[in-house]
Amino acid sequence: MTADAGSPTLSFSRDGDATLVAHLSGRWHLQRDMPSAAAVERELAATPPTRLTFDTAALGAWDSSLLTFAGDVTELCARRHVTVERDGLPTGAQRLLALAEAVPERQGARQGVTIPPWLGRIGLSVLAARAPVRAMLGFIGEITLALGRLARRRARFRVADLLLLIQQAGADALGIITLISFLVGLILAFVGAVQLEQFGAAIYVANLVGIAMVREMGAMMTGIVMAGRTGAAYAAQLGTMKVTQEVDALTTMGISPLDFLVLPRMIALCLMMPLLCVYSDVIGIVGGATVGVGMLKLPLRVYYDQTLAAVTVKDLAGGIFKASVYGVLIAVAGCLRGMQCGNSSSAVGDAATSAVVTGVVFIVSACGIFAVVFYVLGI
Amino acid sequence: MSSASDGRAHVVVRDLTMAYGSFVLMRDLNFTVNHGDVFVVMGGSGCGKSTLLRHLIGLNEPARGEIWYDGENFTAADPARRQQMLRRFGVLYQSGALWSSMTLAENIGLPLGEYTDLAPAQIREVASLKLALVGLKGFEDFYPSQISGGMQKRAGLARAMALDPEVLFFDEPSAGLDPISSSLLDDLILELRASLGATIVVVTHELASIFAIATSSVYLDVEARTMTALGPPKELLRSGNESVRRFLSRGGTAAPHAATA
Repeated sequence: MTADAGSPTLSFSRDGDATLVAHLSGRWHLQRDMPSAAAVERELAATPPTRLTFDTAALGAWDSSLLTFAGDVTELCARRHVTVERDGLPTGAQRLLALAEAVPERQGARQGVTIPPWLGRIGLSVLAARAPVRAMLGFIGEITLALGRLARRRARFRVADLLLLIQQAGADALGIITLISFLVGLILAFVGAVQLEQFGAAIYVANLVGIAMVREMGAMMTGIVMAGRTGAAYAAQLGTMKVTQEVDALTTMGISPLDFLVLPRMIALCLMMPLLCVYSDVIGIVGGATVGVGMLKLPLRVYYDQTLAAVTVKDLAGGIFKASVYGVLIAVAGCLRGMQCGNSSSAVGDAATSAVVTGVVFIVSACGIFAVVFYVLGI
Repeated sequence: MSSASDGRAHVVVRDLTMAYGSFVLMRDLNFTVNHGDVFVVMGGSGCGKSTLLRHLIGLNEPARGEIWYDGENFTAADPARRQQMLRRFGVLYQSGALWSSMTLAENIGLPLGEYTDLAPAQIREVASLKLALVGLKGFEDFYPSQISGGMQKRAGLARAMALDPEVLFFDEPSAGLDPISSSLLDDLILELRASLGATIVVVTHELASIFAIATSSVYLDVEARTMTALGPPKELLRSGNESVRRFLSRGGTAAPHAATA
């Protein structure tokens, strides 16, 4: 009677002992709190009938919810050896159910998840860890070969590409490098000033900032910024080129993708990283001077002389050397992850993420190794 | 076998088994493509048509078996020799795969610059000619992102033809094209075969194309995991096995008179 408006309801009646009639009424639209097959199960369990029929005289509009319900009931009755007569259902629903049951479930298509015991999982993950290491070593080997070809002037890439990459990895990065380096210099000076002022040694802020920037922070901050900026871009560019088969197209043209795509990116970063590092050193020292002059009231000239006296050429060369190495590492991480990229848009995202993570891990590890080596060598 | 057309064997596939790890996609493929053939690789979705193409052009390595070109073993060739053999191929990828950072003229000019000693002005002339052949005259300085999908495909074809290849491979040439463009592309393929004398290998499941262009074909059966028919498609439609006839008639022979098979 409340044909179309009412909420979906399910009730039962008996037609003799053997037949259970399920009365469906109201609007059967997908929503929460739908009547479920569990109600039928309870009814079946109470007094087992041999036959089940539907009565949908009061049923309003319906959608997939009716089909899933009828499907569940059919399965349930099959288990309990009760015959289901679907004549009572709307004709459309009958036909859709017949369609859904037309093709039997493909064996093995539904993927069962088997979780091995924890010891097995550890073993599997150790074994799985070998493949990426091997892939990375293989990639480094191939890059070395490509560099060999470059040295013999047999590697082929377009100079226009290289120039564009140099611009992207160089001039275009100046803004963010300026901001980060200035702030790092400022923070170093600030932290140092609070401590050193207690001893009346505020002038040594210049030494602190100068040495820290030139030896470590300039190279390190440039590296991390470039890993996030350029390393990720390389991975995304190469990954997309893999997805669109542009890399395949190079290969089948007989052009090595390593020569054509990876080499110019490596060269661009290796050329630009030392320059960006020197720039970052200078901006960091300017940041330190801002605190020194502005807060500690040191004369600019004194701060300048103190910095010059503190920083040696050896410090500067060490920093530049580190930056060059970081440049290689970022380019390797970015290009490796790009070339390993899978065949979907989410794989490109993963490649970019992974390139940044790998790049930062490489940089921090290299930084630690350099610290020990420089200490042992007394540099 | 049935494709005993005019010429000598150009591409020979022997006992090829394709696999991803331990999952065997297709096994025991044996067929020959003759010079001047338009050879169609057909089969249902996911049967490994495109993977077969990747094997033919050396992007995937066979799990077993060999591929020969003009009597030379491609599978066993060393990398340097393989690169030389690759230069005689032209490949049109499914979506064109134009290098997006280069203009159309640069895309076509790249292989020319690599393998010939033409001056830049001459390279550009050749590139213009190839673009004109596929109906893209005047689009030299467009980037791939600035033209439509059908045009990208035609530009990809112009690039595939850059070095006047002996074998042209097409991966689903009509995918994503409207009926008119795809029939124009078919005409272009036939025209190329006639004028360049190239051998053409096409991966497709587009029935109209198959009947319009193929002189020979192989049918990869996804259920049997191997090839189950070889020969001109029109012949296969008459006398092939049940599954290839169903495929070639859009499931037609599965209807009542299938019992007569």
